[in-house]
Amino acid sequence: MILHELISYEHLRLIWWVLLGVLLIGFAMTDGFDLGVGALLPFVARTDVERRVAINSIGPVWEGNQVWLILGGGAIFAAWPQLYAVSFSGFYLAMFAILMALILRPVGFKYRSKIDSARWRNGWDWALFIGGFVPSLIFGVAVGNVLQGVPFRLDDTMRIFYDGTFFGLLNPFALLCGVLSVCMLLTHGAAWLEVKTEGVVRDRARSIGSVTALLTLALFVLAGVWLYYGIDGYRFTSEIVRGGASNPHAKTVALAPLAWFANYQAAPWTLIAPVLGVLGALATFIAMRARGEVSALLCSNIAIFGVIATVGVSMFPFILPSSADPNVSLTVWDSSSSHLTLFIMLVATVIFLPLILAYTAFVYRVLWGKVDAKAIESGDGHAY
Amino acid sequence: MELDIVALSRLQFALTALYHFLFVPLTLGLSILVAIMETVYVMTGRPIWRQMTKFWGVLFGINFAIGVSTGIVMEFQFGMNWSYYSHYVGDVFGAPLAIEGLMAFFLEATFVGLFFFGWDRLSRVGHLTVTWLMALGTNFSALWILIANGWMQNPAGAVFNPETMRMEVSSFYDVLMNPVAQAKFVHTVSAGYVCGAIFVLGVSAWYVLKGRHLELAKRSMTVAASFGLAASLSVVVLGDESGYLTSEHQKMKLAAIEAMWRTEPPPASFTIVGFPDQAARETHYAIHIPWVMGLIGTRSLDTPIMGINELTQRAEGFIRKGVIAYDALQKIRGLPRGSAIPEDLRKTFEENGKDLGYALLLKRYVDDPRQATPEQILRAANDTVPMVAPIFWLFRIMVGCGLIFIALTAVFFVQSARRRLEGPRWLLWLAVLAIPLPWIAIEAGWMVAELGRQPWVIEGVLPTALAVSSLGAHTVLMTIIGFTALYLVLIVIEMKLMLRAIRKGPEPDHDPEAALVPAALAPAE
Repeated sequence: MILHELISYEHLRLIWWVLLGVLLIGFAMTDGFDLGVGALLPFVARTDVERRVAINSIGPVWEGNQVWLILGGGAIFAAWPQLYAVSFSGFYLAMFAILMALILRPVGFKYRSKIDSARWRNGWDWALFIGGFVPSLIFGVAVGNVLQGVPFRLDDTMRIFYDGTFFGLLNPFALLCGVLSVCMLLTHGAAWLEVKTEGVVRDRARSIGSVTALLTLALFVLAGVWLYYGIDGYRFTSEIVRGGASNPHAKTVALAPLAWFANYQAAPWTLIAPVLGVLGALATFIAMRARGEVSALLCSNIAIFGVIATVGVSMFPFILPSSADPNVSLTVWDSSSSHLTLFIMLVATVIFLPLILAYTAFVYRVLWGKVDAKAIESGDGHAY
Repeated sequence: MELDIVALSRLQFALTALYHFLFVPLTLGLSILVAIMETVYVMTGRPIWRQMTKFWGVLFGINFAIGVSTGIVMEFQFGMNWSYYSHYVGDVFGAPLAIEGLMAFFLEATFVGLFFFGWDRLSRVGHLTVTWLMALGTNFSALWILIANGWMQNPAGAVFNPETMRMEVSSFYDVLMNPVAQAKFVHTVSAGYVCGAIFVLGVSAWYVLKGRHLELAKRSMTVAASFGLAASLSVVVLGDESGYLTSEHQKMKLAAIEAMWRTEPPPASFTIVGFPDQAARETHYAIHIPWVMGLIGTRSLDTPIMGINELTQRAEGFIRKGVIAYDALQKIRGLPRGSAIPEDLRKTFEENGKDLGYALLLKRYVDDPRQATPEQILRAANDTVPMVAPIFWLFRIMVGCGLIFIALTAVFFVQSARRRLEGPRWLLWLAVLAIPLPWIAIEAGWMVAELGRQPWVIEGVLPTALAVSSLGAHTVLMTIIGFTALYLVLIVIEMKLMLRAIRKGPEPDHDPEAALVPAALAPAE
């Protein structure tokens, strides 16, 4: 097949790096508010009807939103197999915790309303809290570790050895990133509740959300300062080959102070990512104070985009640096799938992603409007 | 106690996959059945069909929730427990999984929300479209997962790349059009339809026995019996046996299913029952039917089907060729980076490269396969024989269930045509008692397919033992305990809610549009 050579290997790798970001940001923007609402549930809603209002605000859409995560996993597997293999096996117990928490979510949504008992429902509410809080925290902790480098090695057959432990993941910087991630998604969940609910639930969401929006801003800036003064980045010390075979052994890499800030110096326009992170969080706070419902949600989306894009841009072309053996760090140029696979996956994405966006938009439009507490009390529709 | 990481990783995968596979088939079957019922509703306007759609939809939803949660575990587990596998074949295996997300799961999961929440927000035809899109997504999902699984059974369209030390796609067309994958798709999806049909049939029969919800029950039985009959014929007749022989490498699985130790003069006989003895390589007390195996397996009178002993000898030859490939690979990798590969070395690797995986079987006994003794080669060749007795028996359980499904759905199909669905009571009880059988058949089928592939994770390419992550055995043991505990709790809750919903029966339904139907046209019920 010659068709796939229409786009060079180098460009395909770049495109797939962008698409990796699109998927992660898509996940955080959509399922992010589901996670946030789950984690907020016991606090913004106290009575059963209030909780059902909150749950039903995400009830019809969380399932589709979660597919961003599933698709993200599949796309990393297909486009960045070595990244998939190292991160999922390296962060083994963290992944296990995420899975256990995520399993609670679908069943929590679905089963909570089936039995009319306060104990039963309260139990599921806490399950939903765990299902929202734990993944939000761990995703952030994982990113915090990736920024510092992860202790893995590759032997010459590419077998992966991981030297770290689960508790090693819980270092101060990573925990800061974890709390940042929780605050960001709590804000997002609160912004969603503002749009979709009325009365006390909305008011509580607004007061929690404006606090977490400010915290997001502060923690994001703090993480940046910490990264600047306290954490070395990674950089190539050999020539950068962009179109070669995917073999992480073919280069040399060293730790260097400020390496994670080199891209901003080389291409100042990339500063737009951290700027959007800061301004987005600030604007979310302002919009919430000003009772702008839709605008707060919009600003929260911008903040999420900015924060996640900042991580990607800072590290580029690194995706998963190795602290145990920096030379085998995974980068955009040496840990992708083959030229042909990247091309085929791109074709599939170009066909299906617009369709997905179109029908997702259709579904949101059909479901537009506030969740009606009265309808829930009267038991109309298949509400949770 | 010495814990074996390979055995534990396999145990975890088997537990989570078998568990996930309790929910998927019912999702597949019910999604289509519900869509059929709603189609009848939209075409006839009779509210009873809307009530049926909603009632079976509730059961679908309870089942779907666990199917989704446990599906994420499957997708993540490749990277968590099988990281060398993920590296070694991710270039090929990852693509169908990702396309499954893009093309199928997004569709299914996005519309499942509207299916439940959209009744009052969409027109009748609009809602029907949503239901069919959801069902379509479910079925596409199965297609891509089985393309991925089919590739593990018959790794077509990929070659080993010495530079990256992994398998890479050479022809995506061959990966898609893999005959094993096609056969598996038809077989597995039909099995899901049977599962849905037997479930609907059994639950409805129970209602008839109790004299409850007769209108709903009888109509549901008619749909389930006709759909189930078509599906069970498809699952047996188009069973994936056809796939085994198209694949060079799955001859061993076929021989294990039949416990055929020696190549017989064609056409081979079929063993109905017997007691396979792996150590003696003999099947005790076997009852044979002459000719049948040769006819089914080769569709001819003169093509032999290879027995296990001959296949083992053949594997020995593959291993020797694999060692030549391994040697060439090591020499290629020893070359200075960027230098051209000498012509003869490249040719040696190309000629023997497809058997490279067989050399890796020796890793169990010796670090460098080139140092293997003839005795070790013989042991590795013997390792290519899977566990015959369980495969033999599980296959017979599966086929036996399949025949019961054909009989049961055929009888109910006739009963429904004669409008005699109220009895006899023993027949209705049979339908109720048959509810667990599809699950038994399906789980047995999974085990036949996956045990029959051992010792390979990718047939002929990568031995299972090499595919695992370098994790501590206790870590994996811990997650096994965690998954098992959570899964047990969930299945208890799920069963409880299912039974509760069934006992409660359909909700009284108010169709907002029903008022628009003139009284004369409204169904007299």
